Amino acid sequence: MKRVCAILAVLMFAAMFLGLVQAYSERQARSPLAEYYLTQVPRELGAPNVVTGILITYRGFDTLGEVAVLFMVAAAVGVLLGSKKEQRAKTSSTDGKGPSELVRTGAEVILPLIFLFGAYVIMNGHLSAGGGFQGGAVVASGVMLLILAMPASKLDHGFLSVTESLAGVLYVSIGILGIIIADGFLDSHVLPLGKFGTLLSAGAIPLISALLGIKVGAELSVVIDRFRS
Amino acid sequence: MLELLVILVCIGILVSGVLAVWLSNLLAAMISAGLSSLFAAVSYVLLAAPDVAMAEAAIGSGLATLIFLYTMRKTDGGREP
Repeated sequence: MKRVCAILAVLMFAAMFLGLVQAYSERQARSPLAEYYLTQVPRELGAPNVVTGILITYRGFDTLGEVAVLFMVAAAVGVLLGSKKEQRAKTSSTDGKGPSELVRTGAEVILPLIFLFGAYVIMNGHLSAGGGFQGGAVVASGVMLLILAMPASKLDHGFLSVTESLAGVLYVSIGILGIIIADGFLDSHVLPLGKFGTLLSAGAIPLISALLGIKVGAELSVVIDRFRS
Repeated sequence: MLELLVILVCIGILVSGVLAVWLSNLLAAMISAGLSSLFAAVSYVLLAAPDVAMAEAAIGSGLATLIFLYTMRKTDGGREP
């Protein structure tokens, strides 16, 4: 019975996707919206990377929502797993054997590179692939390696929470500043556009990117650490 | 050439996804799920979406797998009591 239901569900999915696959044909021309973005984003926002320009300025409100969802996830994980943390931490740090010599030494070599790469991805979001969200995830995976390789290390949750909240507040206040001195909420023309293609250009995009990176990195690190203890 | 590569990567996603469901060893299934995520990230790079690939590789195959690992360690790892 269970198996029949499973097969039925798979067949229904197959029927759904069959229509999609049959109707698919490769696009020969760009849609008007894509054309607009590709030609106007570099000129209007001063950002060579169109994706980040769209994410942070045109779809800035969506990005804010995304970060808010992540914040709620971190808060929910904290509520579910955080209460027993204090007494568990003492027992978990002393039990069992630590990671091998190889893992520890490898982590010591690779960790600075991962953090550096995360910072690079965050700060060059408007120039090359990446941006605040991706860079924050890279930084958090560095924290993950740190936790795996050195189980005795402790994250300062209070400090991370304060940093993360500050970044969020600053992000929203830049958005509100956009209403006052630029064209609307989260408009990146708060700061001058600068020279096209340099690190400090494209208005407020690098600043917002950095804030997003700090916020996402801190949130994901706290989530992982809550699961550890 | 690119098309062949994309098809190979898609087969990789499918195989590792099916393995993640079929394997009874939870640790192996977890690694398999992470692997399918990694293959998805590679396919994003091949399809010229490096921004998405970065997030997928870091979150999908890194952080999510680790969270599964810790959850397995905290519970009894799926063994019958």
